[in-house]
Amino acid sequence: MISLSIYQVNVIVPPAKIIMSAFSDVLLSLGETEDNVVVLAGDLARYVDVLPFAEQFPDRFWNMGMAEANLIGMASGLAKSGYKPIVVTYGVFITRRAFDQVAMSLTTAPKGVVLVGFLPGITCRFRATHQPIDDIALMGSLPSMTVVDPADDRELQNAVRSAVNSSHPTYIRALRDAQPALPVRNENPQDCRSVVLGDKNGDLAFISTGLGTQWALEAAALLRASGHTVSVLHVPVLKPFDRPAIVEFCEPYSQLVTVENHIAHGGLHAAVASAVVSTGIPARILPAAIPDAWPPSGSTDFIRKEIGLTAESIAELALKV
Amino acid sequence: MRNKSRTRKRANSIRQIAIQVASYSGEAYIGQALGVADILACVFELGIQTENDRFVLSPGHYGLALYAANADSYDFAELCTYGKDGSVFEQSPVEGIPGVEVTGGSLGQGLSQAAGLALGARARGGAGRIFCLISDGELQEGQTWEACLAISHHKLTNLIVLLDRNGVQVDGRTASILNVEPVAAKFTAFGLDVEEVDGHDLDAIEAALLNAMDPANINPRAIIFNTRLGMGVPEFENASYPHYISAASEVWERALHLLQNEPID
Repeated sequence: MISLSIYQVNVIVPPAKIIMSAFSDVLLSLGETEDNVVVLAGDLARYVDVLPFAEQFPDRFWNMGMAEANLIGMASGLAKSGYKPIVVTYGVFITRRAFDQVAMSLTTAPKGVVLVGFLPGITCRFRATHQPIDDIALMGSLPSMTVVDPADDRELQNAVRSAVNSSHPTYIRALRDAQPALPVRNENPQDCRSVVLGDKNGDLAFISTGLGTQWALEAAALLRASGHTVSVLHVPVLKPFDRPAIVEFCEPYSQLVTVENHIAHGGLHAAVASAVVSTGIPARILPAAIPDAWPPSGSTDFIRKEIGLTAESIAELALKV
Repeated sequence: MRNKSRTRKRANSIRQIAIQVASYSGEAYIGQALGVADILACVFELGIQTENDRFVLSPGHYGLALYAANADSYDFAELCTYGKDGSVFEQSPVEGIPGVEVTGGSLGQGLSQAAGLALGARARGGAGRIFCLISDGELQEGQTWEACLAISHHKLTNLIVLLDRNGVQVDGRTASILNVEPVAAKFTAFGLDVEEVDGHDLDAIEAALLNAMDPANINPRAIIFNTRLGMGVPEFENASYPHYISAASEVWERALHLLQNEPID
């Protein structure tokens, strides 16, 4: 007979370093101006930049622990109580672990709950477990859900602000690392809409979203260096999908490349193909996307090389005849 | 002294209305509606006192019971379209139907939403109690236990968990499919105070509700109601498949007749 003794180990959890970021800034700003905004975390608070809000507004922050199904249900109840919950954790956990809860409690009677999923696509090194390569497909399949894949800090902030003002649920992918600001002209600070970047009427064309837009711009720079002109249509909102902008952009081209940090089916490529196929535009639309397989473990740069999403590979795809 | 016959009348009325409504299509989750009629009668007569108080039905299949309890606020002819094509009164109701607080047919999700309502009510200054009915089958869903952790952690004493322990799920006896017992010990281990009563003894139900509503309570409270599917109509109590009942019109007529002649005072 083995006798089990109960013992305690003093686990030292270092105090979380409070990280300021574009995301924490927008939460703080909304906390000041919107009394009803509350933030919910599912553990991981220190890695999703919600601690500045928690420190500033302790009565409007709850860490619900590793219990995502309950987290979404409680967010729904808080929304019914008149609050505007912003639920922040890793994208994999919001979308996969609590899919039915999101569907039933947030979309059957739509509520203005904001879901923010960190580490989108291949921005985490943990193979499969922490790689939401399918989150846009999952969330995009739900009635009344808005889906946004921002490409830079300004767009992430705009997406959060606009989602807080919506009476419907929104899923926003959040890149943790700061990205180069998109070269957008005449920007409206509240904007989160499709925009053409780079050359007007380029001889080559990309349509991209989220981190994919940064990759498309890298590929465009390479192509420009070899004498091409390149247009990039950046589409941050995957649902509702801006079909008119897509169709107008595609019209002059016989070939385009879509670029996304997501699987092609259920993502940007599928949405663009679906928008174009019924118009009669005879364009070939090639996907630069995560293949139908779990990406390898490693840094984002390593994974891009392994799955053919480097700037060079994307540029080659654009030149494919 | 409260007039006890009021809850007795309300329970009888819930049963009669449920039978009448179900008789039009001839099939319904009538066993569940009759099984919780006594609990709902007490909750609506005694528990729901102000507009801040809410009743959350987690197992959506019990919708007929909720409709019958709220029948005064509906057009009766419309209510009698229950379960028919195009009816507002769906068998497994979706949030937004008057009186329906949550979409509960995908089981195990109501308690978390009730906990969110309770947290929200408390954050707003404390007014209002949330009564959440869950079924024993829902204890098989992990989310119910996630919710219990949260209710206990946040000391949501303004939330009262009402467990309908009827012992039956779609495929048979809960004890034979995936045993959820001992339920009281589990709730206690999760930090809830538990009271167990006969779910058809109106005096006992009322007393348990009053205990649970005591503002001096330190822990959130769960009441375990031992109930019988189809209670009040022997033909339904003894049905071979009590989870969902389909019966000829004379069966519904006999049931209604029986309830109309039930001594109340």
